[in-house]
Amino acid sequence: MTAQTAHNHSDKHKSCKELLGDLSLYIDGEAEADLCQEIEQHMADCENCRVVVDTLAKTVFLYHGLEHNRMPGEARRRLYKALDLSDYLDEPDPASSSTNRKADCP
Amino acid sequence: MLYLFSKGETDESLYQEPASKPMTDHVAPENTIDVEALRAGDRAAFARVVSLYADRLYNLALKLTGDSLEADDVVQEALISAFKNIRHFEGRSHISTWLYRITHNAAMMRLRKKRVDTVSMDAPLQLDSGDMVPRQFFDWCCLPEKELVSSETAAYMEAAIQQLPEPLKEVFVLRDIEGLSTAETGEVLDLSIPAVKSRLHRARLFLREQLSEYFADHARGIDQ
Repeated sequence: MTAQTAHNHSDKHKSCKELLGDLSLYIDGEAEADLCQEIEQHMADCENCRVVVDTLAKTVFLYHGLEHNRMPGEARRRLYKALDLSDYLDEPDPASSSTNRKADCP
Repeated sequence: MLYLFSKGETDESLYQEPASKPMTDHVAPENTIDVEALRAGDRAAFARVVSLYADRLYNLALKLTGDSLEADDVVQEALISAFKNIRHFEGRSHISTWLYRITHNAAMMRLRKKRVDTVSMDAPLQLDSGDMVPRQFFDWCCLPEKELVSSETAAYMEAAIQQLPEPLKEVFVLRDIEGLSTAETGEVLDLSIPAVKSRLHRARLFLREQLSEYFADHARGIDQ
């Protein structure tokens, strides 16, 4: 962040802060059309906010894709035993596998 | 065998079923669960639920506790408690939402026990208003894919979740990791939809800061 961009960011601080609270609505695709337009116009003039929006969307995207931790085999055996279901212990149901999703990045 | 409650301590509110049944894609396997068989004590139906949800509940418990051994115990406690209290499940909500709720409660009880001498987890969420102000402006979106999805990055992302304050972490894990809807997350945690959205947003901003710092350091390391 250069001194110049820092200055510009400071000048727009109020509108940047106002914008900030709505960014999740925007990246989730839940923002009204007017708000989307306002955010996009703001980003066109404010490089820092553009970076924040893009990196926030990317953060959500990366976390949506983060591999789910599966219960270790030994823990699974203990679980089935504790539930008195050892006779049902088999490979995990395919339907319960990772639910990785793509983010709704704008 | 572990039990969530000792004799006479059962708090039935912990097993209260969320009122509505929101429709989201992650609950599709529920169509194959026979709730009546569950309520009748059918072991095969229980086994089906465990097979479908053990991994998801483990992932939630691990994210909340940050400890694999604790997560094992939490899932065990939660499923035992769920099956003991299956009479409280009337099918008004998805069983997955109900199980997430019980697992979350089991995890929180363990965390509370570990933090008896620290700040109450029931205290109002008080975060410095400054936590919302971005400080990192490094644009890492266009870094090579192999750096964004490396195992090192994944480990950092996992560690960053553990740095979130509990009220933000539980919302973030349910919404952005487990993929529950805003409404379902609110039902699991007894939070209003605006509260879920607000906490989710704060969590995301916090994690963005962490990742931005990480990638900025990484980029500096590459340049040197």
